[in-house]
Amino acid sequence: MDINTLKEGRKLLTEYKYELGKLDKGYTDRSLYINISENKIDSKPVTQMMKDKFVGGKGFGLWYLWNGTTPTTKWNDPENEIIICGGPVCGITQYPGSGKSLVCSISPMTNIPIDSNVGGYFGPLLKFAGWDALELQGKAEKDIIIYIDGNKGVITIEEAPLEAIDSHVLAEQLTEMYADNEADKRNVSVVTAGTGAEHAKMGLLNFSLYDTRRKVTRFKQAGRGGIGRVFRDKKVKAIVVKFSGVKGNLNNPVDQAIINKAGIKMHKEMHNLDDKQNRMRKVGTGYSVEIMSAYDLLPVMNYQYGGHEDAKKIGPDILINNYLTQGLEDGCWYGCSMACAKTADNFELQTGPYKGQRVTVDGPEYETTAGVGSNCGIFDPRAILEINFYCDTYGIDTISFGTSTAFVMECYTRGIINKEITGGLDLKFGNFEASVELLHQMSRGEGFGVVVGQGIHQMKKIFSEEYGADPDFLFDIGMEQKGLEYSEYGSKESLAQQGGFGLTNKGPQHDEAWLIFMDMVNNQIPTFEDKAEALYYFPMFRTWFGLYGLCKLPWNDIVPEGNKYTSEPAKIPEHVQNYLDVVYGVTGKRLNTTDMVRESERVYNFQRIFNIRLGKGLRANDRVPYRSMGPVTKEEYESRQERYDGQLKEILGYDTEGKSTEEKMAVLRKHRENQYEKLIDAVYARRGWNSNGVPTLERLKDLGMDLPILVDVVKDLQ
Amino acid sequence: MKYLAKDDSKCIQCGLCEEICSSTYFKTKDKAKSCILIANDGKPEINVCNQCGKCIDICPVEAIKRDKLGVVRINKKDCVGCFMCVGFCPENAMRQHDDYIEAFKCIACGLCAKKCPSGAIFIAEKDDSEAKERVCAD
Repeated sequence: MDINTLKEGRKLLTEYKYELGKLDKGYTDRSLYINISENKIDSKPVTQMMKDKFVGGKGFGLWYLWNGTTPTTKWNDPENEIIICGGPVCGITQYPGSGKSLVCSISPMTNIPIDSNVGGYFGPLLKFAGWDALELQGKAEKDIIIYIDGNKGVITIEEAPLEAIDSHVLAEQLTEMYADNEADKRNVSVVTAGTGAEHAKMGLLNFSLYDTRRKVTRFKQAGRGGIGRVFRDKKVKAIVVKFSGVKGNLNNPVDQAIINKAGIKMHKEMHNLDDKQNRMRKVGTGYSVEIMSAYDLLPVMNYQYGGHEDAKKIGPDILINNYLTQGLEDGCWYGCSMACAKTADNFELQTGPYKGQRVTVDGPEYETTAGVGSNCGIFDPRAILEINFYCDTYGIDTISFGTSTAFVMECYTRGIINKEITGGLDLKFGNFEASVELLHQMSRGEGFGVVVGQGIHQMKKIFSEEYGADPDFLFDIGMEQKGLEYSEYGSKESLAQQGGFGLTNKGPQHDEAWLIFMDMVNNQIPTFEDKAEALYYFPMFRTWFGLYGLCKLPWNDIVPEGNKYTSEPAKIPEHVQNYLDVVYGVTGKRLNTTDMVRESERVYNFQRIFNIRLGKGLRANDRVPYRSMGPVTKEEYESRQERYDGQLKEILGYDTEGKSTEEKMAVLRKHRENQYEKLIDAVYARRGWNSNGVPTLERLKDLGMDLPILVDVVKDLQ
Repeated sequence: MKYLAKDDSKCIQCGLCEEICSSTYFKTKDKAKSCILIANDGKPEINVCNQCGKCIDICPVEAIKRDKLGVVRINKKDCVGCFMCVGFCPENAMRQHDDYIEAFKCIACGLCAKKCPSGAIFIAEKDDSEAKERVCAD
């Protein structure tokens, strides 16, 4: 459909004009509030209190979300919000990974706040258009598109009945519509979801960037927790921002020189060392598939196993040689020399409504390859790329989709569900056709795909209540916690990583703590106290990226020469100093490493209390499925019998001679579950929480977070 | 293609090239703002862009292009100041100064060559097929 026809279908609902304003030390000092129930648009001040206590990014997102909702707000209530906020460093162009947006909402998967960190140009362009954050509330009557013109200072809400819904079509239409010419296209960024997000709770948001070399619109995803589902439930088709005139100093920083110095040093490091280290510039995060398999960490067939001989078939060399087109500059914001956002061009689709078309596929990222690939027993790169493409354009999270599909495949294999229930789909491990059909069903809103799209938490309930499955067994093998599906690492042999997944705020996602190598491979954190310290420091440290609009990858997916000789190599001290320098350069705040962690801790504890306010966030909610801890089934135990027998003998002094596998499994399980409980005790104590996981009033006071609204929630739980 | 050729052995480290360069482009005599740099510790070493064009592929906004004479030039209007070209230059000849938010480089204008008293720098032509191939690779 041509652009003029699309425009003719539009109906203007409201228009809002604003002064363009100017950034100061990384902030515009105001945020944009849009209520689509009332078609009301307003400017809100960003206060000094917000900056001091919440910094920006997910800090601002959670603050607005708390104020906009109540303890009874559900994900699909009109008052639920979607907040997009970059943070004060977001938008600088000199330091790699500085274009991130953080998106917050009450999640349909978990019914507690979710935060998702995403690249693409939207966050920086929104800020240069004059807004630190976008706060979206309400629910439209008909499909709408919101447009922010950051050069003219005009915002419109229009009914948009004719535009496509699937992201790869819609973003192309809107980029074409709003750009003045080809050169102007990179000044337009679009947030979209897709048809899948209309039916599946695991819906995501795509954030676009225009690739001037390939001449296509590409995407990065705010994947976790179903924010795309909220977006479509609000009847938003897209949010578009346009700003032309990006320069390297638009944040109006206090000290540009110190930012330049840190940035150029990192560019040189990337130039000199990336090829020798992780090859992020060549293959992106997919570099680690074979490494994970070698260390028994790659999820295979619903996390039953940790490796597979076919892992090499979906490894980095196959992708580089056959699918990825190397454009050299594959960053998701200007100045990212890590450039890990890989792309396969001219990929011919085999299935679905776009069958036969040649498309551009972003990725596949490691999480996607492991989730929709190995975890589902699929070791075919073409299959992974096809599922990746459809997940993206339909607006479906590849991690939740992969883990949920792996779960139903195991249920199918074990006879818990059958073809009658799946609508004829032969959901055995390795069946690409059945897996991709689930996606097409999510898009069409029909069949078993819609059930899978609700996620494992819902499926466990349905399978036990309607199909008579054993709920305890489903709890053991269903890899979700708090309603969110696990991301793609086996954690059975790393107690610290079991906590890294289980003791998160939003659900089991590796962005808080990835401790497997420190714990299991390098044995750097042997005691409970060591592990607790790691589960204090790393989640706080990593939260910090999300406050400032930064990406975690340039922190530790490359390390400086000589890093291993520093006092704490796992923390990458030189890179931490770079971040402190950059924050000083932008904001004028001189932080040390303790201040940095305290900034995060304020927001982290706020989020924990937000969970408690919404009915989760206590010790009971930090319980994890046994599949994340140890062997649930006989086959799993016997696949690693030597290791488990050895542990029983060495650690517990248990004589395994003559014992059945079931007997040994029971002893091992008791031990491992006990270890996890002890870990929780140690971590809660280190974080300043009581034994029920509730932040203590002393800790809140110490952090300056004894705000009356927070004290009210926790005072009776002390 | 046109480029500024050099012969380190003829350099007498007088610094006239740096002076004329910064005076021409930044109206100041400051070697930190010169596209050509002469090492002044130990034996002479002339550092200047050889127009290889690696930076063309590195630039995220395609602000760096080769002109019809083969010279690699930065379009300041489009430059977003990321300085990746500085970090990835194989010759360390892409320049940056904190007074400016764009990188800068030698455009083989030849003014320094005219000033050079010893003939250590001179405008020359070289085969550019290899460089052109690289630029087309994307």
